[in-house]
Amino acid sequence: MEYIIETHDITKKYNDFTAVNSINLKVPKNSVYGVLGPNGAGKTTLISMLCTILYPTSGTATVNGYDIVKNPKDVRKSIGVVFQSRSLDDILTGREHLEMHASLYGVPSEVRKERIEEVLDLIALGEKADQYVKTYSGGMKRRLEIGRGLIHHPEVLILDEPTLGLDPQTRESIWKYVNELNKKEDITVLMTTHYMEEADKLCDEVAIMNLGNIITADSPINLKRELKADTITIRVDKADKFIQEAEKLDFIKEIFRIDSEIKLMVERGENLVAEVVNFANNNKIFVNSIELEHPNLEDVFIKYTGTTIADGG
Amino acid sequence: MAELEGIYTIWLRETKRYIRYRSRILTSVVTPLLWLLIFGTGLGSVIRFGGIPGGYKAFIYPGIIGQTILFTAVFSGVSVIIDRQYGFLKEILVAPITRPSIVFGKALGISTGSLIQGVILLFLSFVVGVQMTPLIFVASIGLIILISIGLAGLGLLIASFTDSMEGFNLIMSFIVLPMFLLSGALFPVIGLPSVLQAAVYLDPLTYGVDALRQVILGHGALPLYLSTIVVALFAVATILASAYLFSKREQELM
Ligand SMILES: Nc1ncnc2c1ncn2[C@@H]1O[C@H](COP(=O)(O)OP(=O)(O)OP(=O)(O)O)[C@@H](O)[C@H]1O
Ligand SMILES: [Mg+2]
Repeated sequence: MEYIIETHDITKKYNDFTAVNSINLKVPKNSVYGVLGPNGAGKTTLISMLCTILYPTSGTATVNGYDIVKNPKDVRKSIGVVFQSRSLDDILTGREHLEMHASLYGVPSEVRKERIEEVLDLIALGEKADQYVKTYSGGMKRRLEIGRGLIHHPEVLILDEPTLGLDPQTRESIWKYVNELNKKEDITVLMTTHYMEEADKLCDEVAIMNLGNIITADSPINLKRELKADTITIRVDKADKFIQEAEKLDFIKEIFRIDSEIKLMVERGENLVAEVVNFANNNKIFVNSIELEHPNLEDVFIKYTGTTIADGG
Repeated sequence: MAELEGIYTIWLRETKRYIRYRSRILTSVVTPLLWLLIFGTGLGSVIRFGGIPGGYKAFIYPGIIGQTILFTAVFSGVSVIIDRQYGFLKEILVAPITRPSIVFGKALGISTGSLIQGVILLFLSFVVGVQMTPLIFVASIGLIILISIGLAGLGLLIASFTDSMEGFNLIMSFIVLPMFLLSGALFPVIGLPSVLQAAVYLDPLTYGVDALRQVILGHGALPLYLSTIVVALFAVATILASAYLFSKREQELM
């Protein structure tokens, strides 16, 4: 596997307080990589070091093969950054922001116009593109910032809490956008979030971060699988009989009954749904419905930290 | 090449900002006019000011041009603090251009804004009864550019040390106002008590005002070449110092 970002014991201390504690991350090329953690976990601090605006106290990292301490300029050329806090100028138009960015990053003037049109198309600002940014909604500002980060065709797009404070609809559209971008272009996306759902839907790999440490990192599916607790929810015509028989099956760890629903706690539920249905049929029990639920990342976070993400940090 | 383009881009943004805040341009022309018309006429009527056609009003005219540049340039430089608060500075600092380029671009942009104001004031010379010739006009523009670059550098220097606009009033009271009052904009700098005299000559704006007065009125306390050299050295020094500080303190600027 080729990694486009690698950190080596990267650490940031503010006086005695360790905001990022000796982290080793490996971000595969062309993936969407998420850093998930509660407020104050150190996500922004980590990202700031990767985009060279904050020096690590110790350790280092490479981005696109360049060392963030020794070659900050090459790192900056390789990345597009969307900061957590807004970084737009109210008195410029959307298009002017894109033009400015293109020339700051040395996009050749022949392709500049085309790139800007391309990005404007993508972020769908419409007529607003030529109005002052102060007239934009929060979602439009965010889309502009993301679009701006793409103008120079970076290898890595870094998004710090891209959907914070946006309504669900805008959030979904940004997810869709990031997803398509990652599929269409040769681009790696590194993003931070404290929304479980966002990490789950968007990311190929997720690192869970808490109190400056990476607790674990894997694909969302594997992280959840580690919990070994899928839930199969089944409705049958003879519930009592089903429970009685099902207790003999050793792949079922626990059985709960909630009204007419029976919940079976299992590992790797996707392989077992068919088996459960067959088992019911063999026992002449009719299955009305069956449903498989994986645990969500929230459960993963709880397992590792003992708190929910909202209370964490 | 890339650096030049970066400097140009920063300059362009700074200039757009200046032009789009129309109220700022308006106040920056009205304020000096008030000084000239009210203060100049008022004080001019009680003191005898021989030797200069147009009297006291004409005498302070170059000084008021200097004052306008001072306020505009220093505060535009300090506006980096606002850029930082609104987060826009991050977009610039994370771009692959060197910190000195950012400083040069800013200083040139600020100088452009000051120049616009200076030119408007030069066109208003008839208000105070000063004769404007093309030569005086061009020479004044050259001086205005030099003076404003130095003062922009000073503003940027202050900004690299100041965290928030809370320091704004301090800057006003301890730097900008003393610089204005000591510059000889409002009084001749010859024959002052020695402590005041020394303070006057420590003020870089004194040399700018004196050079402008020499060019516009043919009247100055120092030889023109000398005051011009001091103005130029001041510009080089503040720009180099702020370029250095922006590179050194880039972390704190975030
Ligand atoms: N300049 C600073 N000086 C001192 N402490 C800081 C500074 N910046 C951040 N911290 C501390 O470092 C820790 C990590 O902050 P960071 O902003 O990286 O968190 P985060 O994971 O991005 O949180 P959020 O989800 O709220 O954005 C916090 O406890 C914060 O208080
Ligand atoms: Mg953050």
